[in-house]
Amino acid sequence: MPYISNTEKDRQEMLKAIGVSEFKDLLKEIPDEFIFKGRLGLGKGLSELEVSRQVSNLAKMNRSTSDCVSYLGAGSYDHYIPSIVPYLISRPEFQTAYTPYQAEVSQGTLQSIYEYQSLICNLTGMDICNASMYDGASAMAEAAILACRHTRKNTILISSTVNPGWIEVVRTFTKPSGYEIEIVEVSDGTFGKKDLEKKDLSDASCIMVQNPNFFGIIEDHDGIADIIHGNKGLLVTAIDPISIGLLKKPSESGSDIVVAEGQALGLPQAFGGPYLGIFAATKPFMRKIPGRVVGVTEDVDGKRGFVLTLQTREQHIRRDKATSNICSNQALCALAAGIYLNTMGEQGLKEVAENCYRRSHYLAAGITTVDGFELKYKMPFFKEFVVKTKYDVEKVMSVMLENGIFAGISLKRFGMASDEFLVAVTEKRSREEMDDYISVLKKFKDKF
Amino acid sequence: MEFPKDFLFTEDHEYAKVEGDIAVIGVSEYAQEQLGDITYVELPQAGAKFSKGDSLGVIEAVKAASDIYSPVSGEVVEVNSDLESNPELINSDCYGKGWIIKLRLSNKEELSGLMNSEDYKSHVE
Repeated sequence: MPYISNTEKDRQEMLKAIGVSEFKDLLKEIPDEFIFKGRLGLGKGLSELEVSRQVSNLAKMNRSTSDCVSYLGAGSYDHYIPSIVPYLISRPEFQTAYTPYQAEVSQGTLQSIYEYQSLICNLTGMDICNASMYDGASAMAEAAILACRHTRKNTILISSTVNPGWIEVVRTFTKPSGYEIEIVEVSDGTFGKKDLEKKDLSDASCIMVQNPNFFGIIEDHDGIADIIHGNKGLLVTAIDPISIGLLKKPSESGSDIVVAEGQALGLPQAFGGPYLGIFAATKPFMRKIPGRVVGVTEDVDGKRGFVLTLQTREQHIRRDKATSNICSNQALCALAAGIYLNTMGEQGLKEVAENCYRRSHYLAAGITTVDGFELKYKMPFFKEFVVKTKYDVEKVMSVMLENGIFAGISLKRFGMASDEFLVAVTEKRSREEMDDYISVLKKFKDKF
Repeated sequence: MEFPKDFLFTEDHEYAKVEGDIAVIGVSEYAQEQLGDITYVELPQAGAKFSKGDSLGVIEAVKAASDIYSPVSGEVVEVNSDLESNPELINSDCYGKGWIIKLRLSNKEELSGLMNSEDYKSHVE
């Protein structure tokens, strides 16, 4: 879109057309004492060259995952992004596309969303998927709201093994509606049937679980669905989409709603966003899910076409009775995920998952050979694990960073144990990089 | 347009046809015509209790969704499950096969607040 400034003549014509003599007349409803007079303290203008120099100097102060070797996770991961993903999504037709309300001029955008939805249904084993949400955490919050409305029950059960940041978002979203959150405290690091069996679930609208969980552990969800369904509640499962290359689909454990952070599917970590909220459900919830849905249909000539569908759930039709106040989706991020999944294919995703698994186990085994470091849990994990140390975690992290390694995330940041940290290993980490991690730990032990 | 004699109506175009202490609830011909092609009806569950004016369900047409307000208070004794797969029955036969729910009346006095077919006819016109 070109930027064309208004000339003084343009301005006069516009003012004349609306019947005022000067711009100030438009502000006369605002009492004079509230109007700022004088100049904003923005300093003198800078040339383009000066601005670009100043901003790139600021940017150089950051240390990103392209400057260091990253083992950071906790919901955002340094997976490889095939170059076809940024190349294709950079096309202006996609990058500047507006909401596809008008199907006749939006077939490309609509088709890309439809394909994304189909891929996610395939990946999760669910029947229906929306056009995407802002991120995994808000998708989980929307699932909680759906569960409360559907079951007409007000308590949301969440396993303590769910990402604590996501739990906070669910809390923020649901508090104004008067819903209550009950955290099911899990002591051994893994949520399962045992944690529900003795509970009174009569008020529970749902149980929300995460697999692999926040600590990277692969949870056994067999039997959970039967218990919660027996109490007329729903099973909401958060997944790591990459893990589906290796683990069971969430549909196999009887999930009613599946949510996920889709960043791992071809999106950069980018300081926390924009990300991709994946939301999929089984058919009985088709008219209750939040957000846009794209469907396929036929036009008058019998040709295939794509349209927004089931819009009566949405705010622009249903007003205050809408299933959600989301009026948008993350179309470009969903497109990236669609291209990523198409590029990798079933075999590629499986290889990525297997590599995450093997490499993370290689590093975990190596870390335990260093005196003063051990694995907190002796349980199956996917690509992330918790290390417990006798040293000061913050010191370990900063010494590692001096050596160009983002070694992990301190669990103290999440109000958890101060002597533990979370380490994530993706398919990008080479054996040399991991050997380097272990040797730096050994070499600088005296500094911790 | 049809305004059958033994039906009572609300200003929001719902009807109640009373048989003993049971009221058959639906929407009027005028309502279905205004809504256009009906694609889905969200029904309550048998046993649910509603007060007069409560939203008991939703009718979804191609471009709009409207609440169905209960003309009277009572408990749902039966829902028209045919509407789940054939919501268009409301378009084709709103006073017959397109009924929505049957309520057991909890306050018969409320019936006097509804319009008879003649009053409703003039309300619509």
